[in-house]
Amino acid sequence: MRKHNILYLNSVRFILIAVTIVYMLPFLWMLSTSLKADQDLYAFPPVLIPIPPVFSNYIQALNYFPFMRYFANSLIISVGTVVGTLISCPLVAYSFSKIKWWGRDFFFYIMIGTIMLPFAVTMIPQFIIFQKLGWLNTFLPLIVPSFFGMPLYIFLIRQFFQTIPDELLDAARVDGASEFKIYLKVMLPLAKPVLFLISLFTFIGSWNNYLGPLIYLTDESKYPLALGLPQFLNRYGTHWNWMMAAATMAIIPSIILFIFTQKYLIEGIKLSGIKG
Amino acid sequence: MKRKQNLLGLLFASPWIIGFLVFTLYPIIASLFFSFTEYHVTLPPKWVGFANYAKLFKDQLFLKGLINTAWYTIGLVPIGLVLAITLALLLVQPLRERYFYRSMIYLPTIVPVYAFATIALWFFSPYYGLVNGLLSFLGINGPMWLNDEKWVKFTIVLISQWGVGGATLIFMAAINDIPKELYEAAMLDGANKWKMFWKITLPLISPATLYYMITATIGALQIFDLPQIMTGGGPANASLSYVMYLYRHAFSYMNMGIASAMAWILFLISLVLVIIIFKTSARWAFYGTSR
Repeated sequence: MRKHNILYLNSVRFILIAVTIVYMLPFLWMLSTSLKADQDLYAFPPVLIPIPPVFSNYIQALNYFPFMRYFANSLIISVGTVVGTLISCPLVAYSFSKIKWWGRDFFFYIMIGTIMLPFAVTMIPQFIIFQKLGWLNTFLPLIVPSFFGMPLYIFLIRQFFQTIPDELLDAARVDGASEFKIYLKVMLPLAKPVLFLISLFTFIGSWNNYLGPLIYLTDESKYPLALGLPQFLNRYGTHWNWMMAAATMAIIPSIILFIFTQKYLIEGIKLSGIKG
Repeated sequence: MKRKQNLLGLLFASPWIIGFLVFTLYPIIASLFFSFTEYHVTLPPKWVGFANYAKLFKDQLFLKGLINTAWYTIGLVPIGLVLAITLALLLVQPLRERYFYRSMIYLPTIVPVYAFATIALWFFSPYYGLVNGLLSFLGINGPMWLNDEKWVKFTIVLISQWGVGGATLIFMAAINDIPKELYEAAMLDGANKWKMFWKITLPLISPATLYYMITATIGALQIFDLPQIMTGGGPANASLSYVMYLYRHAFSYMNMGIASAMAWILFLISLVLVIIIFKTSARWAFYGTSR
């Protein structure tokens, strides 16, 4: 390797280390604050490493913050949404990629168009529909729509299905297998990697959704973390050490999920899925 | 045979088609209708013509929310674009530990916004936050950030940049798709890195840029979570976003007519912006010979 090349790579490295530190700083500050004694909170200059660490902040936070209930509610909503997405999206993607039918392209382009539709436009009538069904203050308005497919994920699965040669399906068709059986026994097993990725996106999207629960859930016992954590902020906002302990606990599930799936998350998106 | 295919296709697509009719098409039409009515959910809608629209354009807070959202969009879209492309260029360099940087920069994007909002609120706290603490070491008297009318929108744009990892990944994938031979040929012609970026990289990632421009613009127009949790619209409504005000009309005042009119105005604005982006993209977006 030539000398200026090493210099070049080291300057890239230097910038990336700086950027990484900046991106991690809020989280380190959160962790540090969550272990601080009350009097250290407002110290100047700020205390970076609290000695001794006050672990009881976490217990205090748990006393005021029904973490396990919020966590369970978030989990129910997110798992329900993943199930709905996995049932509906590949089915529709199959129709849009492997069955030749009248109107296929027409519906497909409409679907792509809806990806760009602002949620605010459909929000109010959707609310009224769910209100008339008597579903307000239940998880149903947050879960049930996923059983009707999510356009972006249908699109991504379709892109994957298109890479599977038609000959494979035709062979099964000649053997007399029904279309649904081909879908179930041939397509779905082949699509495991993309389905895993979609589940991950759906789970994270649902876990992180704030506006949906805000609209539909009013009863505190039904709150997911999305509503529980900001509520903690409103009530105990001056106890920043408890608050940051609560925030740490709230993001731990996401961090654990990230650690185990980062390989798929970061390598999973291929541009071929976006270019069309 | 043909008929059977049509039926099968429709059957497989039916979950989405039904969902589209019930949760998308009907709501679009219904909200247009509601926007011309006075509607408080408990009583049936009452036709009022353009009264809601007329009322809105005389409403100071509506105009404030609209202008604030324009500023959010003007800040978020270009800053995110430059940052995402710059980071993507750095992250594709052949460093052994590049996967570590990628992970660390992507990590904040999967942290829920409602959690990150509380963290950022404390991180940017004017008197006790780490940011102003660090600035004071450098002898800089940090601004009041979210507590200052003049700074609050910029601070929210800044905090949003912790979520740039998603767009960065898309640009990384686009850069990795560029054939290496192009750079080798340019090198032989004596082009420098700067020139190669403008003449090869940027034109060849333009489909990703187009995708970013559209999704980022629509996202910025709907900004809600961060200001709602961190400032509630304050100070003095300086951070009140369009969708926050829409949300207030719909779910605090239960005034669905006004809220629907706001939704339709937003719809038309995003439609116009998307069309403008598409039309101008013919000039700057480049599609390879592959199509």
